[in-house]
Amino acid sequence: MKSVFSLLPDQASEFARQIDHLYLFISAVSVFFVLLAALLVIVFAVKYRRRPGDKRPEPPHDDSTLEIVAGSGLLVLLMVMFFWGAKLYFQGNQPPKDAMEILVTGKQWMWKLQHPNGKKEINTLHIPVNQAVKLTMTSEDVIHSFYVPAFRVKNDVLPGRYTQVWFQPNKEGTYHLFCAEYCGNEHSRMVGFVQVLSQEGYEKWLLSSGGTAAGAAAATGGGAAQESPVDAGARLFAEYGCATCHHSEAGALGPNLAGTFGAEQMLMDGTSVIADENYLRESILNSQAKIVAGYAPVMPLFQGMISDEEVTQIIAYIKSLSTAGTDG
Amino acid sequence: MSDSHPSYLAHQFDDVEQQRQASTMGIWLFLITEVMFFGGLFTGYIVYRGMYPEAWKLGSHELNILLGAINTAVLILSSLTMALSVHAAQLGEQKKLSRNLLATIGLGGVFLVIKAFEYKAKFGHHLVPGEHFHFEGPFSNQVQLFYSFYFTMTGMHAIHMVIGIGILFWLWAQSRKGKFHKDYYNPVEVTGLYWHFVDLVWIFLFPLLYLIGRH
Amino acid sequence: MSTATSTASEGKHYLNAKHTVLSWLLTVDHKRIGMMYLVSLVVFFLIGGAAAVLFRLELMTPAGDLLRSETYNKLFTMHGIVMIFFFLIPSIPAVLGNFLLPIMVGTRDVAFPKLNLASWYVFMLGGILAFVAIVGGGVDTGWTFYTPYSTMYANSNVILAVCGAFIAGFSSIMTALNFVVTIHKMRAPGLTWFRLPLFVWAMYATSLVVLLGTPVVAITLVMIFVERAFGLGIFNPALGGDPVLFQHLFWFYSHPAVYIMILPSMGVVSEIIACFSRRRIYGYKFVAYSSLAIAVIGFFVWGHHMFVSSQSTYAGMIFSFLTFFVAVPTAIKVLNWTMTMYKGSISLEAPMLYAFGFLGLFTIGGMTGLFLSTLATDIHLHDTYFVVAHFHYVMVGGGVMGFLGGLHFWWPKMTGRMYPEGWAIFAAIVIFVGFNLTFFPQFQLGYHGMPRRYHEYPADFQVLHIMSTAGASVLGFGYLLMAGYLGWSLKFGKKAGANPWDARGLEWETSSPPPTENFLVPPVVRHEAYAYEFESETSPESHPSSESSA
Repeated sequence: MKSVFSLLPDQASEFARQIDHLYLFISAVSVFFVLLAALLVIVFAVKYRRRPGDKRPEPPHDDSTLEIVAGSGLLVLLMVMFFWGAKLYFQGNQPPKDAMEILVTGKQWMWKLQHPNGKKEINTLHIPVNQAVKLTMTSEDVIHSFYVPAFRVKNDVLPGRYTQVWFQPNKEGTYHLFCAEYCGNEHSRMVGFVQVLSQEGYEKWLLSSGGTAAGAAAATGGGAAQESPVDAGARLFAEYGCATCHHSEAGALGPNLAGTFGAEQMLMDGTSVIADENYLRESILNSQAKIVAGYAPVMPLFQGMISDEEVTQIIAYIKSLSTAGTDG
Repeated sequence: MSDSHPSYLAHQFDDVEQQRQASTMGIWLFLITEVMFFGGLFTGYIVYRGMYPEAWKLGSHELNILLGAINTAVLILSSLTMALSVHAAQLGEQKKLSRNLLATIGLGGVFLVIKAFEYKAKFGHHLVPGEHFHFEGPFSNQVQLFYSFYFTMTGMHAIHMVIGIGILFWLWAQSRKGKFHKDYYNPVEVTGLYWHFVDLVWIFLFPLLYLIGRH
Repeated sequence: MSTATSTASEGKHYLNAKHTVLSWLLTVDHKRIGMMYLVSLVVFFLIGGAAAVLFRLELMTPAGDLLRSETYNKLFTMHGIVMIFFFLIPSIPAVLGNFLLPIMVGTRDVAFPKLNLASWYVFMLGGILAFVAIVGGGVDTGWTFYTPYSTMYANSNVILAVCGAFIAGFSSIMTALNFVVTIHKMRAPGLTWFRLPLFVWAMYATSLVVLLGTPVVAITLVMIFVERAFGLGIFNPALGGDPVLFQHLFWFYSHPAVYIMILPSMGVVSEIIACFSRRRIYGYKFVAYSSLAIAVIGFFVWGHHMFVSSQSTYAGMIFSFLTFFVAVPTAIKVLNWTMTMYKGSISLEAPMLYAFGFLGLFTIGGMTGLFLSTLATDIHLHDTYFVVAHFHYVMVGGGVMGFLGGLHFWWPKMTGRMYPEGWAIFAAIVIFVGFNLTFFPQFQLGYHGMPRRYHEYPADFQVLHIMSTAGASVLGFGYLLMAGYLGWSLKFGKKAGANPWDARGLEWETSSPPPTENFLVPPVVRHEAYAYEFESETSPESHPSSESSA
C-alpha cells in the first residue's frame, strides 16, 4: 500500500485512474478558490485596516451584477464537475457483458464469496488481472457496503435484494477490502483483501484445495464447495420441481425461462418489467406479485421454504439459460 | 402605547389585533408541521401500496367498513359542533359555547371508543403485526406491512384526538369561568383549527385504509 | 447596583430583576430562556466532547486496545446524537436567536413566551432521556439510526435515544414557530423586511427549514419506535419492507438539518463583518434571499447521501445535479462578505477573528462538498473519513465558529461585561489551528480509503490518526481556555457600555444587559440596516478602546 502521504492511493484499475483525474480537477478548483478567498481576506484586512482619524467608509453601491456574473461563472464550472462525474458514475454502473460473476453475501461480520466454478472463500477475494469482475451482492442481516479503495468502487449490500458492483483490475497485488456501512460491533473487522493474480495464478488458485477454500467450506457448512452456482441452481431447479411447469413445450403452466433474464416481461396487469435479479428473486419468493401475461397465478410461494443462497443459485442458473445460447 | 392593557392581552403584544393575528399565524404554522408529520407516513404508505397493491387490497378488505363509516360521520359531526363553539365564542354566548364544547368532547370520545373496539377485533383476528400475526394466503407478509401502517396511522391520529380532547376540556373549564367573549376568543378559534385538521386527517385515512378496491 | 452610565432609569436589567432560582425556572423572558439554553448547551457540549476525546485516544493506535468495540461504537453514536440534536441544531437559534431576535425586531418578547419556556423544558426532557439512554447502557446505532440495524439487530437503548431525539425536535419546532410569528407580526414601527438585520433573515430561513423538516424526522423516528417497541414491520426486509425508504425519510430532514446548523452562523457572520468593517453588507438583498434559496433548495438534495445505497442511477444524477445548485448561493455569500471588507474600515477584534475563521473553514468545507456531490468521486469517498472531515468543516468550522463569534460579539450585551481581548484573540487562534490539525488529515485519510466508524484500522493510516488526535487536544485546550476567560469575565470583566463595538442595530441601542422589557422607550427605526455611515447615539464614549470612535 502506498504511503498515506502520497497524493493518490494505490490505483489498480483504469476506472480508479479516471476517478483520480476528476479528483485532481476538483482539488485544483478548490485549492484555487480557497487560496483566492484567503488572499482577499488577508489583503483587505491589511490594506483597509482601521487607522486613527479614518472617515467612515461609504456604503457599497451594489447592484447584483457581480453576484450574477460570478454565480453564472461558478455554475459553468460546477456543471463540468457534474457531467464529468455523472459520466463516470454511469459507466461504473454498467458492467461489461463478459464480466465474470462472483456472488457476495455479507453477514455480521464477514464477506462470503463464491466463484463461478463454485469455489467459496471468506474475506479474501482472488481474482485474475485484466478480467472484468461483476459482484452480485446481498446481505443476510443488516446493510453492509462493499468497498475496495484501490478500485475506487463501493456499493451498499442490502438484505432482501441484490446490488452490483464491478471492476477490472489492471495491476496484480493485494488490496484492502472494507465494509463501509456501519453494521454493528465488529464492523471494523469486516475487512479483508482482494488479491489480484495473473491469469495463470488464478487458474492455479481455483484448482487448489488450499486452506482458504477448505476453511471457507467448513465455515459455511457447505460440502458442495466445488459445485458451481449454476450447477447448484440446475440441481435445485430439478429438486424443487420447477421444470414441471417451466419448460419449452406447449401447454407449459409457467413461462419458459430460457432467454428470460435481461428481457422485458409483459405482465398480467398490462405493465412490463425488465427481468433482472431482483425481479427473479421476487418471482421465486413471492410468485404472485408480478405474473407474466398469459399465465395463471398457480406457482407456490417459496418464501420461507428456500434459503437466500439457494435463490441466488437458481437465479444464476436462470441467467445461464440466457447467456448460453438462443435456443429455447 | 399608554392605552390600558386588558387582562386578556399578553404583555408582549401592543394590542388585541396583533395578539389575534399572531395566534392565528402560529396555529397555521403548527398545522403545516402537522401536514409534514403525517406526510411522512402517507409517503411510506404510497410507496408500499405501489409495491404491493394486491396485499393492500386484501388487508383493506379485513377492515370493518361500517365502523369506519360511522366514525367518519361522528367526526364530521364533531367538526360541526366545534365550528358552533367558535361561533358561540365570537358572539359571547357562554351557555352555547360550553354546550357545544361538551358535545365535541363527547363525539371525540365516541370516535375513540369505536376505534378501540376495532383494535380489539384486530387482536382477535390475529391481524396485529408481530409474532401472532396470521393471514392466510400468498401475501401474508405484505398484509402485515399494511397493518403496520394501519396501526401507526390510526394510532398517531388517535393520539392527536386524545390531545385535542384534553385541550377541549381545558377550554370548557375556562368557558365556565366566562373567560371568552367577543373581544377574546383566540384559544377557542385556534383549538377549532386544530380539531378540524385532525378530522381532515381522518377524512384522508378512511378511504386510504378502508376503501381500497371496493367498488 | 451601580452602573457606569448615567441614565437614571438604568441599573435594573433582566439579570438582576429577580434573583431566585424559581424566577429563572419560571421565567418567560426570552433573554433568560436564551441564557438557560446556553448553560444547558455547554453541558451537552462537554458530554459530546468527552466522548470525542475518548475515541480520538482510541484511534491513536490501529488495534482496538483502549476501548472495546461496543464501547467505541457507543461513544461515536453518543458524540453524534448529543452534538447534532442537543448542541448544533439548537446552538445559535436557541441561545443567540432567543436572546437577540426580539430585541433586533424591537419588541418586548417573542410572540409566545410560555411556549418559549416550554421549549426549554421539552429540550431538557429530550436531553435527559438521551442521557439516560447513554449512561444506562448506551446506544450503538450511529446517530443515523439506519434500519434494519437499529430496528432488528442493535442490542442497545435505541428506543430511549429515539424518544430523546423525537422530543428534542419539538423544542426546535416551538422556537422556530415563535421566531416566524415574531418576525412577521411584531416588528417595530419603521422596521420593514429589508431593514431587518441579516441575522434575522437567517433565523427566518432556518425556522422555515425547522418547521418543514423536523416533523418528517419525527414521524420517521416514530416508525423506528413502533417497529422496535411493538414489533410492527415497516422497514423489515423479511416482510418486504424497504430499509432504504428509511434513509430517504431520514435524510429528507437530516440534510436540511445541516442548513439549520449553518444558516444561523451565516447570519452571525454578516453582523460581525459589517460591524468590524464599518460598512453595510455588500449585496444585502442578495444575502437575504440567498438564505431563503439555500433553505428551499436544501430540501431537494437529500438523495446525495445515498449514491451507493442502490438508488437508481437516474435518481442519483438528479440529486447530484440539484446539489450543485445549493453551492452557488453559498459561494456567492462568501463573495459578499469579502466584498464588504473591500474599502471598509477593518478592525481585528476577537469576533472578527472568529468570522475570518468561519470564512476559511467554511470555504474549505463547502469546496470539499463538491467532491461529494460529484457522483463518481462520491462513490469512492462515501462513508470514509473524507466525509467526516467535510461535515466537521461545515458544521464545526462553519457552525461552531459562527456560534463562538456571535457569543463573543454579543457577550457584552448579554452579560454586561467585556472579556479580556488578548486572551480571546489567543483562544481564537488556538481553536483555528487545532481544528485544522484535527480535521485536515482526515481528508487525506478518506481519499486513501479509511472508512468511518472503524474501531480498528490498517496500520498504514496511523500517522494521520495521530496528527488528528494531537489536533483534537489543541482544539480541546482552546475551548477550555475560552470557557475559562468567559467565566472569569462574568465577575471581573470590565463593564461594557450599551454599544462597545460601535455597532448598529436595535440591540445596541438599549443598555447592556438589556432591561426586562428590552427597551425603556419603544424603538422606531429610521435607517436601513447597517447604517454604519452615520454616527450612533449610543457611540461608545465609555468604551475602553475609544480610539475607534471618530
